[in-house]
Amino acid sequence: MKAFLMYPGQDFDAEADLPAGAQALIEDLGLQTLFGAMSGGDEFLYAVAERAVLTSLDEPEAVRYRQHALRDCLDQAQTVREMYQVAVDAVLGSKKIYRGIFTQSPDATLRWAMEMLQLFTGLLHRLREIADTNAASFQSQAFCTLFQTLAAELGDDFFAAVDEHLSQLRFRGGVLVSARLGKGSKGIRYVLRRPGERRRGWLGRITGKDSDGFTMRIADRDESGHRTLAELRGRGINLAASALAQSADHMLSFFTMLRCELGFYVGCLNARDRLAEAGEPMCFPEPVPADGPARLSFHGLYDVCLSLRLDRGRAVGNDAGADGKTLVIITGANQGGKSTFLRSVGLAQLMMQCGMFVGAESFTDTLCTGLFTHYRREEDAEMESGKLDEELARMSEIADRVTPGSIVLFNESFAATNEREGSEIARQRGSGEYLFLRAQRREGGQRTFRLVEGEPEPTSYGLDLYQRIFGTQAQSAATR
Amino acid sequence: MSFHSILFDETSAAVEHDQPSYFTDLNLDQVVTAIAAGRGEYNLAPFFYTRLRTVSAIAYRQEVMRDLQDDALSACIATFARQMKAMREHLRQSKSMHYQRQKQHWFLDAAATYCDAVTTLGADLADAELGSRGFCAFRDHLASYAKSEAFTTLATEANRLRGQLAAIQYCLDISGNRIRVTKYDREVDYSAEVLDTFAKFKQGAVKSYGSKFPDLAEMDHVEAGILDLVAKLHPDVFASLDEFADTHNEFLDRTVTAFDREVQFYTAYLEFAGQLGQAGLGFCYPQVSAESKEISVSGTFDVALANKLVSQHQPVVCNDFFLRGPERILVVSGPNQGGKTTFARTFGQLHHLASLGLLVPGTQAQLFLFDRLFTHFERGENLQDLRGKLEDDLTRIHGILGQATASSIVIMNEILTSTTLQDAVFLGTRVLEQIIDLDLLCVCVTFVDELASLGPATVSMTSTVVPQNPAERTYRIVRKPADGLAYALAIAEKYRLTYRALRERVRP
Repeated sequence: MKAFLMYPGQDFDAEADLPAGAQALIEDLGLQTLFGAMSGGDEFLYAVAERAVLTSLDEPEAVRYRQHALRDCLDQAQTVREMYQVAVDAVLGSKKIYRGIFTQSPDATLRWAMEMLQLFTGLLHRLREIADTNAASFQSQAFCTLFQTLAAELGDDFFAAVDEHLSQLRFRGGVLVSARLGKGSKGIRYVLRRPGERRRGWLGRITGKDSDGFTMRIADRDESGHRTLAELRGRGINLAASALAQSADHMLSFFTMLRCELGFYVGCLNARDRLAEAGEPMCFPEPVPADGPARLSFHGLYDVCLSLRLDRGRAVGNDAGADGKTLVIITGANQGGKSTFLRSVGLAQLMMQCGMFVGAESFTDTLCTGLFTHYRREEDAEMESGKLDEELARMSEIADRVTPGSIVLFNESFAATNEREGSEIARQRGSGEYLFLRAQRREGGQRTFRLVEGEPEPTSYGLDLYQRIFGTQAQSAATR
Repeated sequence: MSFHSILFDETSAAVEHDQPSYFTDLNLDQVVTAIAAGRGEYNLAPFFYTRLRTVSAIAYRQEVMRDLQDDALSACIATFARQMKAMREHLRQSKSMHYQRQKQHWFLDAAATYCDAVTTLGADLADAELGSRGFCAFRDHLASYAKSEAFTTLATEANRLRGQLAAIQYCLDISGNRIRVTKYDREVDYSAEVLDTFAKFKQGAVKSYGSKFPDLAEMDHVEAGILDLVAKLHPDVFASLDEFADTHNEFLDRTVTAFDREVQFYTAYLEFAGQLGQAGLGFCYPQVSAESKEISVSGTFDVALANKLVSQHQPVVCNDFFLRGPERILVVSGPNQGGKTTFARTFGQLHHLASLGLLVPGTQAQLFLFDRLFTHFERGENLQDLRGKLEDDLTRIHGILGQATASSIVIMNEILTSTTLQDAVFLGTRVLEQIIDLDLLCVCVTFVDELASLGPATVSMTSTVVPQNPAERTYRIVRKPADGLAYALAIAEKYRLTYRALRERVRP
């Protein structure tokens, strides 16, 4: 029995390592803010959000599978949160059921497993009720399949069977064990058996004729005899106790998985609630296959993390149409919103590729095969040459992993190089389609934090500046 | 040809139970301990004490050993040994049990294991390519034994009874202080049912929660009581078991059990030689002659020392030697700690191992089948009493020469060290002259160079040093005139203490 809420027919691996380079993305895009909003202060939800957001999907179908599920969640938030609570109760409740470390006797194992099963079956009942009441309100493949599975597997017959086991395993009528003769006729292969018809009534017939078997009694004061008897009984229930304990483990892992996969959607709900409160627009993006035409066009795209950090007011949204463009160059005055814009693009890309909504009024984008950031790192500022090394090393790491269809976000890369080198690097751009965006600056220096289309202004940057100032001076010095 | 033993053709004498007097001097006691390690139950040492007296007896063993060098055959023998060992263990269990039914069941297992061992080995040998008289005869013996009525009856009954016991499945109904024993009647496996109910939740592998129970061979009175009730449910089977133990109480065939023990002599040695072989040390089948005293060996080594060095991952130095024409005596001299004693031991080990019909250390070997071997190694106990020691030395040598025949070997190590050089030359010469008269094969390790050139019977060999660094030994012993001065000179040159060097250094 599987939840399959994250992928059609596949588990979500919550234990998986974060992809290489994840740490750089977290820092550069400020993802902690997003994870924090999704977690609502819950560590577990934080971890799930982190895994899910950083483990990008690469097929439009896979993205839509989650988008549809998430639409259901947005509409049926209460039901989804209830289901999540059931899974949480199962996982956290099971931790409270004490299983002694040293008491490994079959009886102790059995007791523990039965307690676990009692907890789990109660919660499965609850899950089943939620499913029965609400299944009709859900449309997505993910949730419909889950509800069908719950209805099919958690029928009344299942609960009846569990009840029967739980009462049978109390062994009120004694234990029936089969065995074979091992080495030196010692009993081996003890197997617990379900008592058959003929067993009935023999206890009442001790003195009477017993045509099928023979009976012996252990004397009351025969202590070692009673110990042996207890051991034989233990050998008998050993496998069943282990089977029950394993079953409890299986059920626990079902709930664990359910908690994890629902946890992602609960995280999305949490983020949705925060953004909705701020009055921010959200939309489900249109994913374009990675091998399709390069698409990037959006309306009102804002930095979700910035918005989440703002106490009041909305983040500024940007529009752009960069369809068919492979390079977008953003220039303009400092404090003009360049970095924020770059982050908003990266965030939208990641959120889209994990099946989330994005912070925009509309958003259409090609799925990328990898997202990389190359940001200026402040901490190494005191050692200029070492810093260039460091930047080049990071660049080299990116070059190792980047594939066709990847996106690289450069933010002030190589700002530490001197002007000549920096400009030279910029000049050596290859051929292709470019989009130039410039941070808007009104007369008088006022920033709008909007980016508008426009070639870079040649003033006050790179080689030009250098030549203008130093070049002239050098010349005049020479002529003097 | 009827089968006698895998170790002896029929002419061979009884087994020695005491180790030969030369064993400790040659470190052969260490070698036998190493070879027999882990095989205590076979008591192999006496076989390593018992030399063969004829060339044909040696050939008999060499043939067997060549067969056993085949991996397929040695694997068959290993299987057989394992089964026989298990059989003995079962018999031991049978004896140690308290309850009669347990004794009987273990006994049955022993008999059945024995039958399996015999049948498997019989089939294996029938398919094997065998070249030795020993193995061929044993194969025939085993084939006819396996067909004998006694054996087939034993095997059939043992297997039938084992099958019947294995098929018994019973149920214990435990309630309070009562146990009811019944035949198993297809009652459903309840654990499987539990697993089945919850199988739908299975997400992946989970750990086992099964508890461990003590695994004792012995029953207590409750288990024995249950077994009695099981026996009551299956009276025929347990009656047969009772009868089986009585009828077949001596089921072992002496020839088979003797083979099981004796063949270990070869496998133990091959295992030992194989370990040294992995370190690059060669073993070969020697040509052994009772007539010719022309002997020669290439690339040989002291097996006791080699065993130690190989386990410490240190290199082993190999040596060659030969005696040709009238040559009889190897006089070994040279720097101390240069491998002279090791060389003397090697000589003795080679001859002893060859006389056991075994592979010997070396790449080729021509050796002499001796009647007796005498060693005279320095004994430490009388160091204070110099007069007594010399007397003791001479007494022992006298004793040896009195017992030696023309087919004997004498190995003397550092004799006459406790007297003056002049006495040593005199006495040593007298002793060697007697040895020459007796026509003995002899190795004589000595510091007395004069002994190395007593005539055509003596051959001088010396231990050698690295020319550039006389303090470093090569551990190679080579044919070379004895010249203690050359060594001293080399040492002196190293320390710039030669005459010329001193003249230059000590100038007024």
